[in-house]
Amino acid sequence: MSLFLETLIGGLLAGTMYSLVAIGFVLIYKASGVFNFAQGSILLFSALLLVTLHEAGLPFVLSAALTMLVLIAGAVVIEHTVLRPLANRSPMTLFMATLGLSYVVEGTAQGLMGAQVHALDLGIEDVPIFFGDVLVSQFDLIAATTAGTLALVLALLFNRTRIGISLRAVADDTRAALSIGINLNRIWQIVWAVAGMVGLVAGVMWGARQGVQFSLSLVVLKALPVLIIGGFTSIGGAIVGGLIVGAAENLAETYIGPFIGGGITPWFPYVLAIAFLYVRPAGLFGERALERV
Amino acid sequence: MTKFSSTPAVVAAISPLLEVTAIEVFYESSILAVADVSLRVGPGEIVALLGANGAGKSTTLKAISGLVLADRAVVSRGDIRLRGESVAGIAANLLAARGIVHVLEGRHVFGHLTVEENLRAGTFLRRPGRREMERGIEEIYGYFPRLRTKRSTPAGLTSGGEQQMLAIGRALLTRPELVLLDEPSMGLAPIIVEEIFEIITALNRSNGTAFLIAEQNVAVSLRHAHRGYVLDNGRVAIEANADELLARGNLADIYLGV
Ligand SMILES: Nc1ncnc2c1ncn2[C@@H]1O[C@H](COP(=O)(O)OP(=O)(O)OP(=O)(O)O)[C@@H](O)[C@H]1O
Ligand SMILES: [Mg+2]
Repeated sequence: MSLFLETLIGGLLAGTMYSLVAIGFVLIYKASGVFNFAQGSILLFSALLLVTLHEAGLPFVLSAALTMLVLIAGAVVIEHTVLRPLANRSPMTLFMATLGLSYVVEGTAQGLMGAQVHALDLGIEDVPIFFGDVLVSQFDLIAATTAGTLALVLALLFNRTRIGISLRAVADDTRAALSIGINLNRIWQIVWAVAGMVGLVAGVMWGARQGVQFSLSLVVLKALPVLIIGGFTSIGGAIVGGLIVGAAENLAETYIGPFIGGGITPWFPYVLAIAFLYVRPAGLFGERALERV
Repeated sequence: MTKFSSTPAVVAAISPLLEVTAIEVFYESSILAVADVSLRVGPGEIVALLGANGAGKSTTLKAISGLVLADRAVVSRGDIRLRGESVAGIAANLLAARGIVHVLEGRHVFGHLTVEENLRAGTFLRRPGRREMERGIEEIYGYFPRLRTKRSTPAGLTSGGEQQMLAIGRALLTRPELVLLDEPSMGLAPIIVEEIFEIITALNRSNGTAFLIAEQNVAVSLRHAHRGYVLDNGRVAIEANADELLARGNLADIYLGV
């Protein structure tokens, strides 16, 4: 029993790391209907910039602040050069544009900061903690708390502030939002900047676990099943989806793995996602058009 | 001579709030939707824009509000002036700041936002303080009491009439000088249509807000408007005071494009 609980809890906590990555996608998809393929490279870029600044001797907080400034500037540049000229184009065109963008961002990161692996020490010791006889990783616990806090902050931002309401308005009906004076371009800039910050947090957590290196941009591949399961338009869905994927892959590795020689984690979430596609194509929390007939 | 004095038409002639001169509008740079439309709206006037399906009413309104850009359409000829200044080609959100608000055809409310959040979104443009925002929203609830009872309901789950009222209320909170209303009567019961037009008239009297209303419902809109234009195939076929238009027997012929 305690093995089951341990596996489940470990999986759930690890799953919040997937949620972190998925939230960045959800933000941009909600506000502009774009599946932002570049989210992974932005995540990599921001984590890499932060460690590079930190290694150059700047305090951690200052490095983080500078990285955020760069992310905001980046969002403004992307909005001007990619989103604005392509506004009202098909989702496919926009997706291709973000695909191109991901190479530009990665190339810039590599050109400026090199390709070696950086260790990122957040000062969190990865020591196990016992709750009764269930063993839990301290790092996972902190990652989960971070993800939870971030989701809470975003929920407050969306539901309580003018920017949040404007953003949801744009997501619901772009033309109506324009007609009442909402500045679409400004909203896009804000959303990309916020998604960048979320990427930074995710990049730091992932980087602390496996080192800041180029494979970091591949965590995107972990987010995809999460998005399919949770839906592309719901932050709550991204969180629940992450938890499901985390728990499911951990349980599968422990209980099914031994029979087929292990190595289940990379592909199991995709099998799960495809199963979900059969039953709920819009995902658990995917947005159905809210209409009364 | 008329139910309304002829003053509005005269005012419009002297110093129009809005003056549209011979505009031509293309979609996708090939579909001609408006061939030649000129019209004026005076300060505080209610003007009806009539015409059959596809006559070009919505496109004309979109050209004025700047929303043509969002539909990848262009105003290829003519001019649009607000208080004498050319506003053609200016983005819709900037025109909202200059006092033109467009209530789109087919009730474009923010479906996942509550009724009250929809109204709040309308106030953002003028950046009011908390108190002022509440006061503005209360004023709209005063005009549309049903919205108050639905304030916490997601707008997408309210009735068609409530959505139309919400779209109008939200637009009014931008403090416009000119409201472009696209088919407010569409799909609504006659009694609701009457209620909406009564409120438009009341607002027009109390605030002096001007309205340009695209409608297929000739009778109701002309009863509440000062003047009217009839569009046919992207051109203005008739322009007259509302009561003259109402009195014209052959209106239906032109209107039906016979
Ligand atoms: N988004 C669009 N893309 C291409 N053509 C369009 C578009 N919208 C309208 N049109 C065309 O432009 C012409 C005028 O349409 P418009 O919507 O302005 O008419 P309307 O008078 O508002 O009609 P209705 O009473 O049906 O709303 C029509 O021929 C229509 O097919
Ligand atoms: Mg129309």
